[in-house]
Amino acid sequence: MSRESNSDIKPVVNESGIEIKPVYTPEDVAASGGSGRIGMPGEFPFTRGIHRYMYRKQPWTMRQYAGFGTPEETNARFRYLIDNGQTGLNVAFDLPTQVGLDSDDPMSEGEVGRVGMAVDTLKDFEIAFDGIDLDKITVSLTINGAAPALIAMYFAMAEKRGYDVARLRGTAQNDILKEFIGRGTWVFPVEPSINLVGDTILYCAENAPLYSPVSVCGYHIRESGANPVEEMAYAFCIAKAYIDHVLARGMAIDDFASRLSFNFDIFGNLFEQVAKFRAARRLWATILKEKYHAADPRSMWMRMIAGGGGAGLTVEQPENNIVRGAYYALVSALSGTQTMALCCYDEAYTIPSEAAARISLRTMQILMEEIGLCDTVDPLAGSYYVETLTNQMEERIRAVMAEVDAQGGIVKAISEGRIQDAVSRQALERVKKLERGETRRVGMNCYRAEEDEQRPVEFHPFKEEVAVEQIARLDRIRAERDHGAVQRALDRVRADADKGRNVMPAVVEAVKHYASVGELTKCLVDIYGRYEEPICL
Amino acid sequence: MVADRKIRVLVAKPGLDGHDVGAKVVARSLKEAGFDVTYTGLRKSPEEIVRRARELDVDVIGLSLLSGSHLPFCRRFKELREKQDLGDVLWLVGGVIPDKDHEVLKDLGVDGIFPTGTPLESVADFIRANVS
Repeated sequence: MSRESNSDIKPVVNESGIEIKPVYTPEDVAASGGSGRIGMPGEFPFTRGIHRYMYRKQPWTMRQYAGFGTPEETNARFRYLIDNGQTGLNVAFDLPTQVGLDSDDPMSEGEVGRVGMAVDTLKDFEIAFDGIDLDKITVSLTINGAAPALIAMYFAMAEKRGYDVARLRGTAQNDILKEFIGRGTWVFPVEPSINLVGDTILYCAENAPLYSPVSVCGYHIRESGANPVEEMAYAFCIAKAYIDHVLARGMAIDDFASRLSFNFDIFGNLFEQVAKFRAARRLWATILKEKYHAADPRSMWMRMIAGGGGAGLTVEQPENNIVRGAYYALVSALSGTQTMALCCYDEAYTIPSEAAARISLRTMQILMEEIGLCDTVDPLAGSYYVETLTNQMEERIRAVMAEVDAQGGIVKAISEGRIQDAVSRQALERVKKLERGETRRVGMNCYRAEEDEQRPVEFHPFKEEVAVEQIARLDRIRAERDHGAVQRALDRVRADADKGRNVMPAVVEAVKHYASVGELTKCLVDIYGRYEEPICL
Repeated sequence: MVADRKIRVLVAKPGLDGHDVGAKVVARSLKEAGFDVTYTGLRKSPEEIVRRARELDVDVIGLSLLSGSHLPFCRRFKELREKQDLGDVLWLVGGVIPDKDHEVLKDLGVDGIFPTGTPLESVADFIRANVS
């Protein structure tokens, strides 16, 4: 039998720099480290998933990112999504809220209610979550720079509605270190920012132990230019920075580690992503067990939300993004995600329209109901290719983490702008590869069509009057609230920040008296100052 | 080339939008293409951008906006630009800029609009062709 020549086979290297062979065999698995650490789902090192029965018992939570305009409009969108079968909420805030400004701040002009819901005081939360059963629907708050105030508002709103905060579930993104690399909603300098994350972790561990105060985001780091290996490595370095901080403040690892979660990116090569998650899951478990001596298996779980992949979407032929969204959802399910949120097909232009949001929801429902994805845990396990790649990805993630540590750690690297510089260089390379056609993107650099220029998408409309309404409500609240109580609470926030005490109890007290996001942020800026962005070019 | 020096470009991120991948990519590619490029960093007010532009005596100001607030921002920027006598400086806007807004921006005085997906080279070419 003659062997087929491979001289006309073009070499393939994945985004993480690993050369991909045309055929894999058991020898490749053995050479890459073997299959000894695959294990069983629900058991250390959790390569195959954090739960024994995964989707057979608990399908992924469907949590589309939503929120715009006033809290009333956002409430209507929440109800619409829940009525259509969504099982969690993922709240989008407008930019003023995200950077800790009130709707009437001069810098907020033109931005109120634009990319998310406008929030000034607790009143806005009361309206936005009206009629939503917080026991059935878990809520994720996409908030970072202003996280302490918004987490406090969520707790205060739930308590007012009669929920026991000690039993309240939900998540805040609250990963400020990645905001310095990508996404950019920082407020305070790096060190006090970490301190605030620590405050929320400690406060939740004591008062809301089922709440997840931080979702560490590889997602935005990859969107900013990092490759899949760096995405995981930087996210883990950041998560370790929070853990080290909280440990230094005297808390035991098993008292908070199980409430940390992750948010990761999906676009590009299917097998590379699946291997990335399997590798990362077991690496995270190993770090928690070996470095931090966690004893509770839940502390070792890499719980995650995945499904979005904005950098994979195109403005050209936007309907193609529906197909991409479906594949990303498939990848997320094959990777054992706990929660899924897809980018909507119109997100390359704007925040999602109602119709686009529903298509994303239906995409996840089709995957869940129609094609057998939930029947068997980690169905790609045992594939020579996937297991080899899982071993290789793990080795590379470890190597990048070691490199960061060797150069003084992630906090130093971010403070000096080195990570930002590195990912932004890579972002330029990513664009050049797309422009040269080395990375193929259908509708963008191949299979283009004449009608592309017409872009027949119906966009989400923006209403200028949102700002007027929102400012009127804020004025009303400022006139009606107990001024003395607000002032005392704000003074306490400032004093606690100044003395290095946990600010969360005072922040919770202040929001209950309808102190605003802007007022709270100003108190903290008075003590902590503002972040000065290192410009690397 | 302006006289005997490189063409000076200020790439700015106005307003509160934190999406800076595109702005940095364009800034880096213009630098590679031989321009003298300054990037402002995030969250700059129109006043700050105009002040930097005057300080650096730039030939080009490029604003990167992805949040959808390009019209209100550019209206404010137009006034300042005129007041500060920066009318001769080439004014570019990039980011998520829907087709329907292009005419409005041009009426405000924007010289070139480069929506997401614009080839990097065409930005450089446009600057070379329009800075005298």
